[in-house]
Amino acid sequence: MSRIPNAFKDGTAFIGFLTAGDPTIEKTVEYILAMDEAGCDLIEIGIPFSDPMAEGVVIQDANVRALKHNTTTDDVFEIVKNVRQKTDVPLVFLTYINPVFFYGYEEFFRKCNEYGVDGIITPDVPYEEKGEIAEIAARNDVDVISLIAPTSKERIQMIAGDATGFIYVVSSLGVTGMRSEIKTDLNAIIGDIRDACDLPVAVGFGINTPEQAAKISKISDGVIVGSAIVKIIEEHGEGAAEALKEYVSAMKNACVQ
Amino acid sequence: MSKGRYGEYGGQYISETLMNELLYLEEQYNHYMNDPEFIEELDTLLREYAGRPSLLYYAKRMSQDLGGAKIYLKREDLNHTGAHKINNVLGQVLLAKKMGKTRVIAETGAGQHGVATATAAALLDVECEVFMGEVDTKRQALNVFRMELLGAKVHTVKSGTKTLKDAVNDAFRDWIANVDTTNYVIGSTMGPHPYPQMVRDFQAVISEEARQQILEKEGKLPTAVLACVGGGSNAMGAFYNFIDDKEVRLIGCEAGGKGVDTPYNAAALTNGKIGIFHGMKSLFNQGEYGQIAPVYSISAGLDYPGVGPEHAYLRDSGRAQYVPVNDEEAVEAFEYLSRMEGIIPAIESSHAVAHAMKIAPEMCEDDIIIVCLSGRGDKDVKSIADYRGVDLNE
Repeated sequence: MSRIPNAFKDGTAFIGFLTAGDPTIEKTVEYILAMDEAGCDLIEIGIPFSDPMAEGVVIQDANVRALKHNTTTDDVFEIVKNVRQKTDVPLVFLTYINPVFFYGYEEFFRKCNEYGVDGIITPDVPYEEKGEIAEIAARNDVDVISLIAPTSKERIQMIAGDATGFIYVVSSLGVTGMRSEIKTDLNAIIGDIRDACDLPVAVGFGINTPEQAAKISKISDGVIVGSAIVKIIEEHGEGAAEALKEYVSAMKNACVQ
Repeated sequence: MSKGRYGEYGGQYISETLMNELLYLEEQYNHYMNDPEFIEELDTLLREYAGRPSLLYYAKRMSQDLGGAKIYLKREDLNHTGAHKINNVLGQVLLAKKMGKTRVIAETGAGQHGVATATAAALLDVECEVFMGEVDTKRQALNVFRMELLGAKVHTVKSGTKTLKDAVNDAFRDWIANVDTTNYVIGSTMGPHPYPQMVRDFQAVISEEARQQILEKEGKLPTAVLACVGGGSNAMGAFYNFIDDKEVRLIGCEAGGKGVDTPYNAAALTNGKIGIFHGMKSLFNQGEYGQIAPVYSISAGLDYPGVGPEHAYLRDSGRAQYVPVNDEEAVEAFEYLSRMEGIIPAIESSHAVAHAMKIAPEMCEDDIIIVCLSGRGDKDVKSIADYRGVDLNE
């Protein structure tokens, strides 16, 4: 059974992202556990890719660092295996589809199930192409997380009506990265989603301060932060655990206030 | 499965943020391609501005020197801006304008598509920004300045391998942020549907003309049509109207670089594996675990780790054949055509010329080869000098 519903049990969830293998495989295990300990309700693990088209510079650079020492899909499964010995925190992969396709869908999702990955987010697989993985993922109890963008409009009904796990609302046009202001009318989008399904709704892209988290948590069930966390890892390298805990804890507090 | 399929290839593997825009683009494209006024406007631009129809030239000296098949060159190099790229951009920028867009963006490798887009944008009065890998801005510095002269802004892309694929990545990133105002003018038969189809349709004028021209000149169809393949736009254009003529061999010539058995090539149809990247399912050069591989070619325009989905399909179905041509062969063809016919071909097109030089002597006098001379080689003079160890600054 997917652990994803656990993330949304107590108030607004705080969802953190990091890139696997940045700076090392061992450190990724340590940082996931640190984020879990500091209050992260769900952790997105990015499988590094040579061409992360939906990412801004911060996460692009993390991909480069991870691939410099050849972090592989098998290494990422190894990370999950080690993390799972210590915690039941819901884990979701964020990956471009090519590494999954190359690995083989059957084998990939079988391993997700075996090691305890609860969901998958593939930014380059829209609703129309969901058939690539939907059935195999479902058979292995892996939720395919659907993204809804400010431009989705009349597509919301179709996407949300068919979604699993939670809904990932992309807060702004553009790629991932920290933004000082989010201009999209999130209320309207989230309202449309709530009309179409009962799944939890989490908002990501651009969020980095506790003030933003507090604001978003009033209208959504989850706050997703990637670039700000990756930036901390970039700055502290192998000694980022404490800084991560401090940041995650402040963000989680902002979410539940 | 989504629309825009060529067998299992193609599709629309792209961010949700862009999906509505792609659907709108497809709808508008279908609308305008059935609008006689739009077609007339585009035809006029192709005729009066780009200089179409392009010549189908009988390369007599070359044919006689090689012995064997008669070789004709489809002179896309004589188009305004010096390559086939203008055929597609006039269509796409005109369409963007009709769709109410005020800004276009483009990726470019050799710079030819960037120059063509900047040209069409100047003519049709829309803003233009071009993404170009840092490696390519250096080997094609003249084209960077040319784009700036035409009023475009050139972004030097420093991510990844700093070549064409990274320029595509950054163009998509820009589009995601500016989708309201901006159309992405993709330069090849690649990307998510409807691009592979749209670019093919705008380039199909090459084979439409060539087919008619060869029938007029020779009273029969050619034995083979040759074109170079990077993403595959000039080849799709050169092949398209011959696909139903089963007796015509279609041969795509891709970048063999320093050899297809070395890591230094960009031959996706020879060495690539099926994958999903840049919006499409197709063949890509990739490493273990599906990381997109760094590729290499002397030609910036062929230096791309994938190929358009329709080429992958034509290969699998056996309708077209694809061969690698290495740097040395392409450079020799570049020099050969310059001396033999007084035509300096683009280093990209030289890959197709090189293969013609290989197969023509094995064919008989009744055979006809059409080579799509997709662009002119002025831009490559410095690279060729470098390759031959000639210092032009001396």
